[in-house]
Amino acid sequence: MNLDFSPDELAFRDEARAWLAANVPAEPLPSMDTADGFAAHQQWERRLADERWSVVSWPEEFGGRGASLVEWVIFEEEYYRAGAPGRVSQNGIFLLAPIIFDHGTADQQQRWLPSMATGETIWAQAWSEPEAGSDLASLRSTATQVAGGWLLNGQKTWSSRAAYAHQGFGLFRSDPAAERHRGLTYFCFPLDADGVTVRPIAQLDGEAGFAELFFDDVFVPDADVLGDPGDGWRVAMSTAGNERGLSLRSPGRFCATADRLLDLYASVLEPVERTSSSAAVVDAWLRAEAYRLYTWGTVTQLAGGGDIGAAGSVNKVWWSELDVALHETALGLLGAEAEVASSWTDGYLFSLSGPIYAGTNEIQRNIVAERILGLPREVRG
Amino acid sequence: MKFTLTDEQSGFARSLDDLLSRADSVAANRAWAAGDHEPGLKLWSRLADLGVGGGGRGAPPPGKRTPGGGGRPPRAHLRGPGWVSGGGPPAPPPPTPVEIGIAFEAIGRHVVPGPWIESAAYLPLARTDVDLTESRTTVAMPYAVDADVADEVYALVDGELHTATAERRVTSIDPSRHLFTVTAGEPVAHGDLDAAYDLAVLATAAQLLGAGERVLADSVAYVKQRTQFGRAIGSYQAIKHQLADARIALDFARPLVFGAALELTPRSVSAAKLQAAEAANLAARVGLQVHGAIGYTEEYDLSRWLLRIRALQSAWGTASFHRERLLASLLADQSLSPSK
Ligand SMILES: Cc1cc2nc3c(=O)[nH]c(=O)nc-3n(C[C@H](O)[C@H](O)[C@H](O)COP(=O)(O)OP(=O)(O)OC[C@H]3O[C@@H](n4cnc5c(N)ncnc54)[C@H](O)[C@@H]3O)c2cc1C
Repeated sequence: MNLDFSPDELAFRDEARAWLAANVPAEPLPSMDTADGFAAHQQWERRLADERWSVVSWPEEFGGRGASLVEWVIFEEEYYRAGAPGRVSQNGIFLLAPIIFDHGTADQQQRWLPSMATGETIWAQAWSEPEAGSDLASLRSTATQVAGGWLLNGQKTWSSRAAYAHQGFGLFRSDPAAERHRGLTYFCFPLDADGVTVRPIAQLDGEAGFAELFFDDVFVPDADVLGDPGDGWRVAMSTAGNERGLSLRSPGRFCATADRLLDLYASVLEPVERTSSSAAVVDAWLRAEAYRLYTWGTVTQLAGGGDIGAAGSVNKVWWSELDVALHETALGLLGAEAEVASSWTDGYLFSLSGPIYAGTNEIQRNIVAERILGLPREVRG
Repeated sequence: MKFTLTDEQSGFARSLDDLLSRADSVAANRAWAAGDHEPGLKLWSRLADLGVGGGGRGAPPPGKRTPGGGGRPPRAHLRGPGWVSGGGPPAPPPPTPVEIGIAFEAIGRHVVPGPWIESAAYLPLARTDVDLTESRTTVAMPYAVDADVADEVYALVDGELHTATAERRVTSIDPSRHLFTVTAGEPVAHGDLDAAYDLAVLATAAQLLGAGERVLADSVAYVKQRTQFGRAIGSYQAIKHQLADARIALDFARPLVFGAALELTPRSVSAAKLQAAEAANLAARVGLQVHGAIGYTEEYDLSRWLLRIRALQSAWGTASFHRERLLASLLADQSLSPSK
């Protein structure tokens, strides 16, 4: 048992660290949920891509470095430690790309991956519907087969980045007779296609972080179906267990926030705020450290060909609640200044959504209880 | 002993609730946030008509008030523009701390915008030499809330009250609170600033209580009608237990708030603010969680309370400050105890 990196991994880390130190913008970029901020974040993705840092784990032919999972986690740690901007491309590169690699045709990989890697095309996930949130399998948006393709109808919602993004990916009911997980098909479509209406929705912070999508006879060619028609659920879930918990939120960002929390603690002079926050600061730090170490266990398991399965749910509850704790503690340290808008209040508001998106924590706890602890299933409708 | 609102006090609470429900206070809050003060100012005068507002000339410090917090009916008939200058009826008695508690619970429940804590709780006691009954006032603590609509702005300098002028706008996490830095001017005569502070803390605690109650009520209504997996989400124990915890926390905040109103001391108001802030924060967290994504949107009204509750956590003393103050008061008692 060891936590040592190989010489190659250390060299990779040093190279990433040096590049980030030289290139990360000194000033934070404006919010990616504004038109200007979105463009600025896209530019940053371009810069990352120029030096093959945007998708390190992808094969070289698609703009990556063929980095191992260990190297990817190392990169993430360096990335957030350097204070680099949030990833406007994250839902494409982390949630969709693994599916394209596993289920996409060679043509789809060629058409979609390179521009995703450079940030030229930003992808938005369109899974949720107004009546299908936690119960995704109850989704009602339809796909009807026509000559050469499909017509999409219905409504998706809470689609992150969709206010400014270019492409969407999501599940539609292609077999009206089939129920729940059956008869769904996975589609990719342009957000400016005829018949698509995008209504941006502002989040708690007032910025349009997600959008509602309306589909009115939107034509999608067969070539843009991902996986087999009717096999959408299996396609969608094939990478969810392994990838989602870890790749969407690697430990790097929380460790970086924990470090900034310590800096804040050290800078606070108000003895009252310091004393009363010290336990929370230490606890938040150790929870980030636990996540960091836990992840090396996960990575070891995955590298050995294992499958983390339901453990992704363990992961998700931990990082999302850790993120809230980190930011609540920071607001405590800020004392009377806590109310004033800052990167800490922005981060705090964002952290509040963590226990909701990527599968709510209630659902994750049910999964932990039922699939890991083997407790009887809860009664459902 | 009868630790419940009197009929008159309940009537006052009901009339505030009626008024604010009919007046669309949420729209006023949103307009205020967007820089349009008009609906909020209209609401201001209607609340003032009901007796919420400055305490007026010669208000006695709350400690000297009759125990029981008074049971006077709302003084609508005494108020309204003109009574001060017109040589009409004499100045009405200032609201009792219990009435302050009732009024601010309603203000919290309806996210009413404006510098209410400052105008109705702090300055009437802080400035007793002039009549501020008809004024909208604010004070930098450390930022002056809504100084852009205040007739008078104050600041504390070395424990003295000074006039002040608003300087720079600072963004609050709650867009309906417009914060300003100030520059202090001349010192002015002042009343018991500690008592004024404590009344403001009580008002903040009551506002948090009202906001928490509202979030809980709206969340309970939501989980009854939202279904997932073919069942109302309120039927899932994971949802029930979270909401029950919020109910329990708020139930134990209320007695501290109204207990403090009956006996206003640094200790009692600090305890009230601590528990009310914690309970409201829990209600907000749970409320957001059980709503799911819709609760995270700006356009859904829940957001108004979530942001207000967060802003008030640190307004009029952070949790650490009040915990420290409470502890100091408890330890002081202990050292005075004859058995020690
Ligand atoms: C910031 C943010 C970004 C998002 N981005 C995207 C995106 O890019 N693409 C996309 O498709 N979606 C996105 N979502 C939507 C997200 O996936 C859903 O919010 C989530 O699946 C929950 O669905 P819901 O909001 O409809 O809540 P609901 O499913 O209605 O849940 C409401 C409450 O009921 C609880 N509940 C539901 N069922 C059960 C049960 N069986 N047992 C116990 N409790 C239960 C939930 O845990 C929750 O507390 C985003 C959401 C947020 C907040």
